[in-house]
Amino acid sequence: MAAKLGGALRTLRYLTTRPVSCRLIGTSPSVRCVHEDRPQFPGSKSKFTYKLSFLDPDEEAGIPVYRVMNSEGEMTEKSEDPKIDKTTVLKMYRDMTLLNSMDKILYESQRQGRISFYMTNFGEEATHIGSASALHPEDMVFGQYREAGVLMWRGFTLDQFINQCYGNTEDVGKGRQMPVHYGSQDLHFVTISSPLATQMPQASGAAYAFKRAQNGKCVICYFGEGAASEGDAHAAFNFAATLDCPVIFFCRNNGYAISTPTSDQYRGDGIASRGSGYGMLTIRVDGNDVFAVHNVTKEAREICVSHNRPVLIEAMTYRIGHHSTSDDSSMYRKKGEVVKFDTNNPIGRLRSYMVKQGWWNDDQENEWKEESKKMVMESFAKAEKRKKPNPTELFKDVYEEIPPHLQKQMDSLKEHLSKNEDKYPTQNYEACKEYMYQDLSGSMVGVTRSHS
Amino acid sequence: GDRVFNSPLSEQGIVAFGIGLAVGGATAIAEIQFADYIFPAFDQITNEAAKFRYRSGNLFDCGKLTIRTPCGAVGHGALYHSQSPEAFFAHIPGIKVVIPRGPYQAKGLLLSCIRDPNPCVFFEPKILYRGAIEEVPTKDYTLPLSQAEVVQEGNDVTLVGWGTQVHVLLEVAKIAQEKLGMSCEVIDLRTILPWDSDTICKSVVKTGRLLVAHEATHTMGFAAEIAATVQSECFLNLESPIERVCGYDTPFPHVFEPFYIPDQWKCLEGIKKLVNY
Repeated sequence: MAAKLGGALRTLRYLTTRPVSCRLIGTSPSVRCVHEDRPQFPGSKSKFTYKLSFLDPDEEAGIPVYRVMNSEGEMTEKSEDPKIDKTTVLKMYRDMTLLNSMDKILYESQRQGRISFYMTNFGEEATHIGSASALHPEDMVFGQYREAGVLMWRGFTLDQFINQCYGNTEDVGKGRQMPVHYGSQDLHFVTISSPLATQMPQASGAAYAFKRAQNGKCVICYFGEGAASEGDAHAAFNFAATLDCPVIFFCRNNGYAISTPTSDQYRGDGIASRGSGYGMLTIRVDGNDVFAVHNVTKEAREICVSHNRPVLIEAMTYRIGHHSTSDDSSMYRKKGEVVKFDTNNPIGRLRSYMVKQGWWNDDQENEWKEESKKMVMESFAKAEKRKKPNPTELFKDVYEEIPPHLQKQMDSLKEHLSKNEDKYPTQNYEACKEYMYQDLSGSMVGVTRSHS
Repeated sequence: GDRVFNSPLSEQGIVAFGIGLAVGGATAIAEIQFADYIFPAFDQITNEAAKFRYRSGNLFDCGKLTIRTPCGAVGHGALYHSQSPEAFFAHIPGIKVVIPRGPYQAKGLLLSCIRDPNPCVFFEPKILYRGAIEEVPTKDYTLPLSQAEVVQEGNDVTLVGWGTQVHVLLEVAKIAQEKLGMSCEVIDLRTILPWDSDTICKSVVKTGRLLVAHEATHTMGFAAEIAATVQSECFLNLESPIERVCGYDTPFPHVFEPFYIPDQWKCLEGIKKLVNY
């Protein structure tokens, strides 16, 4: 008996240490090939199972939402309090409210026909300020279009915002794009483009370049829950994870992609549930809690730059405003829903916190409201008066140099204008009365037309 | 290593990642396995890479990006291993499109593309990987972009092509000389966008007859752009209408390839039409 047992044990030991397939040894049905429980497929890290059952996502609880501050502005979990100093918190508040003021005025200006288009950030200010305040100023930002607060935090001026909306001579984007398509080289904010999610795999690539350059910087990529349905989002996540890119993917889940509610956008548990499928560290956060957003972004940044791996943050928030000036959201959602979120918005929550700290009061609130509105109106008035750039700007920056065929086309427009100027709104554009251009030999040639 | 690496299988991801690398300051060379599969990346190339500098007011650019991809007929490639998609890309302001005709050209033109401060798409005729043998200097050298090359001078007919087709045209020129006593000027366009219309027009002013040939389909192939420009610039110099010898307006077939491609016999017939008009 002992010999038989000893023999069986020796066989078992042999079987567990040698990675070969085996047959059942012995007459006892309890003797099994232990190592056959581990699959040998490339990359496998799980076990065999002999029970047929499907993973059912509906059986799982949703990924929890991390928050620090409740809706009354009280720290619910003191250990998670980032203890941000007063100066920084006041800057957070001022930036969120200045953005809010600017949004209100610029939205109105579109309704009045002064600018062609606008998108507000109502309801999402904490996602911008919370995340931006946790990054280093040189971390590269790839945005979607509803992240103006990130620029505001970094120091983009009211003049710069409004000049871009007007596309005037002071627009750093040179009048090329629709309003809110901001960009800033100095502030490391890559210029916005309209196609959705295209920035996402680009962000992965930029992060890879930073990793190779060993410059200690990370990349943050903002996108909405709608854009996350695009193929580019899938490519972005997969590339970032497999190629070890130090990029933070920050999803603003605000409930709507224009008129498409999240119930028509995905079936699973939001965007966060996808992260682990790609092999990414993931967290879901209360996007309306500026301190929670700050905490997760700070931690995510640390993970990125220390371990060169991407992190997915899904910030739950709500788009209080319309998608854009081309949208009337009352057509697809109830007013009561909007009012509910507007009443309990991220700005109010931060203000409650500040008041409880003794850092803010009603007088300061009224004063600041007046001052911020005044600041916006001043920049607005200046921007409105400025002319647009010279029409020849439309031919530049297609390539680094102007190729001969474009030069010819530029010349043909100039010739056309010299004969038909009265048919075009040239008075709104800079230096239209004098057509200076560089001929193919490189010398400047001028043709002046005077108006009596 | 981390300098040359595999990526997940996604052309839109590969090109977009390349754009990001370039924006992040790195020289990026993205490879698409076959030009036939470049289309998922068409949005990134058209809406992003090509417009990056323009839309940002020159604050940002992805000039450090080069995309290289094998193209063209290879004898048995059929629909999805034979395409020549250069015409789609010629319609995108902001990128450069380049096609070499052999090893020596490939090295010089590719290095120019890599160093060019604009995003470039470099199509490599795959049949020439094995089919062309040439002496290539090991030293560094570049060849200019947007400059066509007169590969063989002639007086009677201008033949324009790129990539593999240049060799077909050189063959046709030989036959035309022997059989028709016609001297043909063979021009390799080399860069499709921005293209060197001056060299083509200069040649047509001399010869008065133009034939453009390409494997890509006839309708809206790049020969259409060349023909439109040449008839506009050199109308009175033309002795006969411009001839285009191209692939038929079908997907690229498998067993019918010998009948599909614009071979030397079709080009020769084209020359006869030009001359006998």
